[in-house]
Amino acid sequence: MRNSQMTPGIVGGRLTPETYGENFQDLHAPLDHHEAAVAADRCYFCHDAPCITACPTEIDIPLFIRQIATGTPEAAARTIFDQNILGGMCARVCPTEQLCEQACVREAAEGKPVLIGQLQRYATDTMLDQPHPYTRAPDTGKRVAVVGAGPAGLSCAHRLAMLGHGVTIYEARQKPGGLNEFGIASYKSTNDFAQAEVEWLLQIGGITIEYGRTLGGELTLGELSSDFDAVFLGFGLGGVRALQIDGGDKDGVRDAVDFIADLRQADDLSALPVGRNVVVIGGGMTAVDAAVQSKLLGAENVTMVYRRGKEAMSASQYEQDLAASKGVRILYNAAPAAIIGNGAVREIEFAYTDSSGKPMGETFRLPADQVLRAIGQVMNTRPDTLEMDGARLTVSHTMRTSQPGVWAGGDCVAAGDDLTVTAVAQGRDAAMDMHNTLTGKGA
Amino acid sequence: MADLSSNFVGIKSPNPFWLASAPPTDKEYNVVRAFKAGWGGVVWKTLGEQGPPVVNVNGPRYGAIWGADRRLLGLNNIELITDRPLEVNLREIKQVKRDWPDRAMVVSIMVPCEEAAWKAILPHVEETGADGIELNFGCPHGMSERGMGSAVGQVPEYVEMVARWCKQNTRMPVIVKLTPNITDVRSSARAAVRGGADAVSLINTINSITSVDLDTMAPEPSIDGKGTHGGYCGPAVKPIALHMVADIARDPECNAIPISGIGGVTTWRDAAEFLALGAGNVQVCTAAMTYGFKIVEEMKSGLSQWMDEKGYTSVDQVSRRAVPNVTDWQYLNLNAVSKAVIDQDLCIKCGRCFAACEDTSHQAIAMSPDRTFTVIDEECVACNLCVNVCPVENCITMERMDTGATDPRTGKVVEDEYANWTTHPNNPGAVAAE
Repeated sequence: MRNSQMTPGIVGGRLTPETYGENFQDLHAPLDHHEAAVAADRCYFCHDAPCITACPTEIDIPLFIRQIATGTPEAAARTIFDQNILGGMCARVCPTEQLCEQACVREAAEGKPVLIGQLQRYATDTMLDQPHPYTRAPDTGKRVAVVGAGPAGLSCAHRLAMLGHGVTIYEARQKPGGLNEFGIASYKSTNDFAQAEVEWLLQIGGITIEYGRTLGGELTLGELSSDFDAVFLGFGLGGVRALQIDGGDKDGVRDAVDFIADLRQADDLSALPVGRNVVVIGGGMTAVDAAVQSKLLGAENVTMVYRRGKEAMSASQYEQDLAASKGVRILYNAAPAAIIGNGAVREIEFAYTDSSGKPMGETFRLPADQVLRAIGQVMNTRPDTLEMDGARLTVSHTMRTSQPGVWAGGDCVAAGDDLTVTAVAQGRDAAMDMHNTLTGKGA
Repeated sequence: MADLSSNFVGIKSPNPFWLASAPPTDKEYNVVRAFKAGWGGVVWKTLGEQGPPVVNVNGPRYGAIWGADRRLLGLNNIELITDRPLEVNLREIKQVKRDWPDRAMVVSIMVPCEEAAWKAILPHVEETGADGIELNFGCPHGMSERGMGSAVGQVPEYVEMVARWCKQNTRMPVIVKLTPNITDVRSSARAAVRGGADAVSLINTINSITSVDLDTMAPEPSIDGKGTHGGYCGPAVKPIALHMVADIARDPECNAIPISGIGGVTTWRDAAEFLALGAGNVQVCTAAMTYGFKIVEEMKSGLSQWMDEKGYTSVDQVSRRAVPNVTDWQYLNLNAVSKAVIDQDLCIKCGRCFAACEDTSHQAIAMSPDRTFTVIDEECVACNLCVNVCPVENCITMERMDTGATDPRTGKVVEDEYANWTTHPNNPGAVAAE
């Protein structure tokens, strides 16, 4: 007998097979030609446009939109990729409502920005099934090690390869892409887009990836530094912050990032087990992605609980609205106090908190057969020769670490903001500085 | 409610909105639909002489240009005069006029430039009960190659001659439709006056190629890989038409001949502008072809509301109202000094005014790091470019400087009295101010 949304415990097959397909289709259907033309028409081609400033990779947005409007989406894609080689993924996952589209003057004018993200996807999609648009400069003979095949590492590697350097990427997992592949909601990257994008990116040549190679495992920074002319660290945040409460080790309690990774790698979504009553702890993008996808997998009740107020939540208003529209209930100002259950979790107790997130005494309980922790990731690779800024690596504005010959970017550096697009910008900028250093052009 | 009824050279219609001679007025079916929709009158699509009708191409007849959101701004056509038998048209004209006696029924005519040809057709048209005729001296394509249409309209002597023939051979009012494809429209208008025409109508369409297919290298609209110039109309031609209407309206030799204004009339506002610059009524085509006949409702309600607001009680009170304000450049007041002013509350910080002024004009707009745009009065010549490129209406305005204030650009005190180029010291031919 098939399970339903009301089946107790953590089980799969809560929905009809068709429903899974519907639930996990593209969040935004791609713009067709007409929609793109209409959307592109709205761009004012601003002078020194605020959207460019708001983009961490500083894509020339008015130019690429004008190129779409004039019937040359290939040129538009080139404008995007020149600044952001992962422009396809960024078009899907960027919180545009907090970046370019928030800055759009039409947001000021009428509260309806130009659909920059969707136009970027329209442009970049045209290029993905075409030959890779960039060619390598003559081989410089220099060799660079890149640790991590996530957005920062891939961006760095592509730029280095383009400039003629040889790149070896060391990736801990068995697949490239980093959080693009393992860490974001499935409906933001359908049809195995993350892998397709990496394959397309690697067509530049000059990049090899070695999988299952972890810094801190058999690889050391010392060896990499001596074996290569330069090293880029883009290993992200591999660890998850622990939940320091009673019962945190009960069955049914797990990290949201693992839940999302399993979902992203699943061949058959109906086989994925999910609770009837799911509680997600946290207020970031990962929490939203886990909560929404739990709901889409057929959980009857999904509640996201955040320790502070709505205004402090790092998930954007858009993401919160998305969660609400999918039926996720969001509770603010409540901190987990204890997980209750005999072996497996049965319910979870929260304490109401004040505006600073401190418990005020009164508590309440939610039924829960699954608890997903999304209270932040931490660095689990910590080369002890490098200076840290808090829990992350210190870097200069050109992404240099405290150790000569070692650059870093992405979520593992203090200058980051946990966005794919920022990681791409940092990888690119590091590559340019490495290039200048390796060829004796820079400081 | 303002009275919109119109009496144009004795032709009465319930409102001043006529459909121009064009595809929308080619047959009874369309014209009846137009009258049901509320149009005041029509100029029936041009009739040719008796005999086998002309033929049209069997491929695209229209080309276009578009603005944002594919809004049609300009249309061109290579369609000829009616390709239906003369007797069919005459029968339908008669029927429609009988069924709709309060609407204006004017018949457009184009026959060879021989008196006999005009003499032959006029009685047939008169017999329909039509209210007037319009001489098609404007059609710039196809028919002009055969010595008709604009081939006549471009030679003032022919315009005068044919107008005279018609006046001598019919009791109906004669409206001469003018082509804009000339250097000075007043020459043909004066010729129409000399020939005794009751009115002129303008503009007919403008010679044009709308685009080129860059794959086939064929001009648009193209037929089997070739294209030819067509007649251009629609909102894009309105400024050209307004100028020509005004030029005739203020020309002493044209003697205030009644004008039926044509050329890109799309809204009530366009119509009011044509009236103000000298038209007695307006003719519409492209707007109807773009949006259908229903637009006349907006035209009527808009014109009526505006007239009420301004206290005008008849269309005649609007007609020619702006003509005295059309002058030559040399008479413009050089002592009227303005400066651009940017409303910071309305500004959306797109920076287009800055780009336009900085790159292409007078470097008179400053941009701060937080994207506040302000006018530098010391540099501003009040050229109005910033106003024109700003996407927000009324965000940038031109404000006249007060008399007695000092223009920071020139250091000169703004004077109260009017002064123009004719008396300016820089003018080698300046006359002494009186």
